[in-house]
Amino acid sequence: MYPENYRYTKEHEWVSVEGDVGTMGITFHAQKELGDIVYVDLPKAGATLEQGKPLGSVESVKAVSDIYAPVSGVVVEVNESLARSPEKLNEDPHGAAWLVKIRLSDSSQVNQLMPAAEYQSYIGE
Amino acid sequence: MTQTAALKQTPLNAVHCQAGAKMVDFGGWNMPVYYTGILEEHRAVRRSVGLFDVSHMGEIEIKGPEAFQLIDFLTPNTVSRLRSGQAQYSALLYEHGGFVDDILVHKVADGHYFLCVNASNQEKDYQHICGHNRFQAQVEFAGERYALLAIQGPRSIETLQKLTRTELAPIKYYHFVDGEIASVPARIARTGYTGEIGFETYLPPEQAPPVWDAVLDAGAEFGIKPAGLGARNTLRLEAAMALYGHEITASITPLEAGLGRIVKFDKGEFLGRKALLAQQEKGVTRSLTGFEMTGRGIARDGYEVFLDGAAAGWVTSGGPSPTLNKNIGMCYLPIAHAQPGRTIQIQIRDQPVEAVTRPIPFYKRAS
Repeated sequence: MYPENYRYTKEHEWVSVEGDVGTMGITFHAQKELGDIVYVDLPKAGATLEQGKPLGSVESVKAVSDIYAPVSGVVVEVNESLARSPEKLNEDPHGAAWLVKIRLSDSSQVNQLMPAAEYQSYIGE
Repeated sequence: MTQTAALKQTPLNAVHCQAGAKMVDFGGWNMPVYYTGILEEHRAVRRSVGLFDVSHMGEIEIKGPEAFQLIDFLTPNTVSRLRSGQAQYSALLYEHGGFVDDILVHKVADGHYFLCVNASNQEKDYQHICGHNRFQAQVEFAGERYALLAIQGPRSIETLQKLTRTELAPIKYYHFVDGEIASVPARIARTGYTGEIGFETYLPPEQAPPVWDAVLDAGAEFGIKPAGLGARNTLRLEAAMALYGHEITASITPLEAGLGRIVKFDKGEFLGRKALLAQQEKGVTRSLTGFEMTGRGIARDGYEVFLDGAAAGWVTSGGPSPTLNKNIGMCYLPIAHAQPGRTIQIQIRDQPVEAVTRPIPFYKRAS
């Protein structure tokens, strides 16, 4: 369920790093808690993100939730398909429904995040 | 978990938990917000049939030789027009014309009225009614005496008919019959909060779980779904039905809320009449209005509304409309701007986003 090569935040985001680029998204647990996701608000390419600060939001039928940047960096790519099909976040949150790719400004930040096993025990699974 | 223990529970709490419902604290009650998903449950009600546990709603019985006088004084609608077996949408108002609550008044018999009131207002409503009871009438708090199951949707009649000898098709909108469902005594009312055909059934609480199961079995061939408060809210929003604490509050009057139809000035004295009459003569200054988002974003309760850059009102309810596939809502606006087709801006998280006012209800079932 939770890929071993991803790292996870307490706010239920994940990041997967290749070279100096991190792909990030929200976790399966997050989408399950939110319920039907109907709207996603993401930053534009070129935006600077700071670890732990809101980068955008997802909205379920009921409510708005902030998404926090798991690591600092500059947005290099945004998953534009989510604007048309936000429901993908319920279907494939760890895969096709990634949110943004970030060029990391400090790759050591990744080590502060939880590995899969730790995250799973954090959410009680 | 200690917090959950303090929350009130309906007699179906264990059934919801067993079904894997997502439970939330709703006004002090531990209630299902959805079972499988709000959108799916919403669509089941619009297309076929859904089953809701709304046992958190309150019931108050008013009995005695002057029961009519008490309820007629406390509500602005014409209680005298109710026949036994008929229900009426109405309100409890303060003297200043604002809402204590919106309620359903059922006339059971001469000298016996049955009120259905909002869950979080039931104690306040009871106190309000008792406080004005200078009549020969007994006011009974009956919230614990009833479970309330709502069966709503175009297939609701077929579903429920399998479980009762009471002929359901002839029961007109806002009428009710005392009968049985699955051999359990039930008050079967042709009322609802979804904009669909449907029934609200009042049952002895200890018998609610078997009736719940029986209704799900009866509706299985129609694809019935248990539906939570999430779908209840999106359904009532499309139907533009008021929700206490949102469209109607202590500082909003029925004339502002688009509920002039429940205010019958000609019926004689009632609590709030003087204030409402004065408001009508002076002219109502703000009005509840529908809108749909034309810009990207979802308006939520409490967001500010701007007209040409100036703060002008607030969103009372907002969210996605699963039926219309648009983001819709209701808001208060100065009456001069409350007609459909007006461009407005909604402040969504520091960003003005464009919307346009629309007539309400957003959804009306094909009759």
